[in-house]
Amino acid sequence: MDAGIVSYGAYVPRYRITPAEIGRVWGVDGEGMGQGLNVHRKSVPAPDEDTITISTEALRTALIRGAIDPQQIGALYVGSESHPYAVKPSATVVSQAVGATPNLTAADFEFACKAGTAAIQTCLGLVGAQMIRYGVAIGTDTSQGAPGDALEYSASAGGAAFVIGRENVIARVHRTVSYTTDTPDFWRREGQRYPSHGGRFTGEPAYFKHVTECANRMFEAVGSAPKDYAHVVFHQPNGKFPQRVGKQLGFTEAQMRYGLVTPYIGNTYSGAALIGLANVLDHAKPGERILMVGYGSGAGSDAFDLEATDAVATFDRSYGRPIQEYLDGGVEIPYAMYAKFRGKINMGDG
Amino acid sequence: MSIARFWRETPRRYNLGGSKCTICGTVYFPPRAVCPTCPRHRQTLEKMVPFQLTGDGEVFSFTVVHDAAEGFDMQVPYVMALVTTVEGPILTGQVVDVTPEEVHIGLKVRATFRKLREEGKAGVIHYGYKFSPAVDSDVRPPVRGPAVPSEATTPAPSDRAPA
Repeated sequence: MDAGIVSYGAYVPRYRITPAEIGRVWGVDGEGMGQGLNVHRKSVPAPDEDTITISTEALRTALIRGAIDPQQIGALYVGSESHPYAVKPSATVVSQAVGATPNLTAADFEFACKAGTAAIQTCLGLVGAQMIRYGVAIGTDTSQGAPGDALEYSASAGGAAFVIGRENVIARVHRTVSYTTDTPDFWRREGQRYPSHGGRFTGEPAYFKHVTECANRMFEAVGSAPKDYAHVVFHQPNGKFPQRVGKQLGFTEAQMRYGLVTPYIGNTYSGAALIGLANVLDHAKPGERILMVGYGSGAGSDAFDLEATDAVATFDRSYGRPIQEYLDGGVEIPYAMYAKFRGKINMGDG
Repeated sequence: MSIARFWRETPRRYNLGGSKCTICGTVYFPPRAVCPTCPRHRQTLEKMVPFQLTGDGEVFSFTVVHDAAEGFDMQVPYVMALVTTVEGPILTGQVVDVTPEEVHIGLKVRATFRKLREEGKAGVIHYGYKFSPAVDSDVRPPVRGPAVPSEATTPAPSDRAPA
């Protein structure tokens, strides 16, 4: 495949909350909960941030870094399960806000946490078929867990944007494969504010089965083995699952080092694997091979076999924050402020 | 605000679309059809071109709002500032991701894309520019050329003790 990543950018909101602070409110050992999940802090969006604003910030960074003319974007897809509108695309606002309108196709994707990787696959198809010059795939979420639910300790906000093209590629995509089944591990019904999940059912038959099967299909398809990759990125609903699946597949901690970001910013859902990939690209050297395996409940996995090109060494990352700054930075807020920011306080109907 | 009125202002609110006089070079935001700076205004009628501001600038003056405007009650106290953009025009906007104590005249800021207001729970959502403090990495690269990659010195997440 000639196509690949031409540029990328990410954005994580400024505020953070710790599991210990969440647990304090609900009378449980939040610190222990955080250690069990391997999540030490999670990001919290400001009241004026949502999937559209985060996606726009991430994409603006990508376009400036890659010196890409937004009018050359032929397709723009925003993957999320927290689109601000049920009907009206996030993608049109983002397209307008980066100056890409009107000569492009745009749409919103939803597949729980893997809508962003599905968007990358779509862009690869369009770019590979030479129907468009650049395709933009964004994965962003501002998801929430119900107050007191286990999800509340990890559900956070953030996103990443990838420009897919054929020229000046910094990471070539050799192959992408998927693994999809009907598995009801996590869902949110129409009109419901918070998602529901199958508890432990989200583990073995869902995340672990799909990620493992998809990774193995990739190894088979390209004739590779875990040792061939310098970096690996898994979907990371918490910090524990990706470490376990990586170990089971035969990857080392060093290979997972940069791809694991959830312990420091929480689970950004559609953004999770993509922000991990952005962190890998912040550090990747020419010739290094990267495996990314996304996962979305419902359920499915998308795997990508990438290789950093010589262009990654000269790629200008000077504009926009490195992912490391988002992992280290942020301002911690108390639960009451978090509840206010996330609209968890009943203000009446006004 | 009516849907149509906000929609008409989208180029300005989303993309800081102003205008520039091709005779004297003055930049205007919001855009103007004629240049009031040039001595012969009528001559500039066909000489104004669309011009997009970068959104980079610094705080010229500011105030801290404690009695919120409708829709901003979740954000009090918040900062409204006059920002002198690098292109010249002074814009009014909210400064976010900052406490009022951190804001000062001369603070370097950049435009950021945020939700401005919602027309109730079922209405349209308005988006546009606000400002946030700028850091070194917000400086736009000059005319592009190959950059020398710098070796990361910060440790990777797994090197650090859990927070």
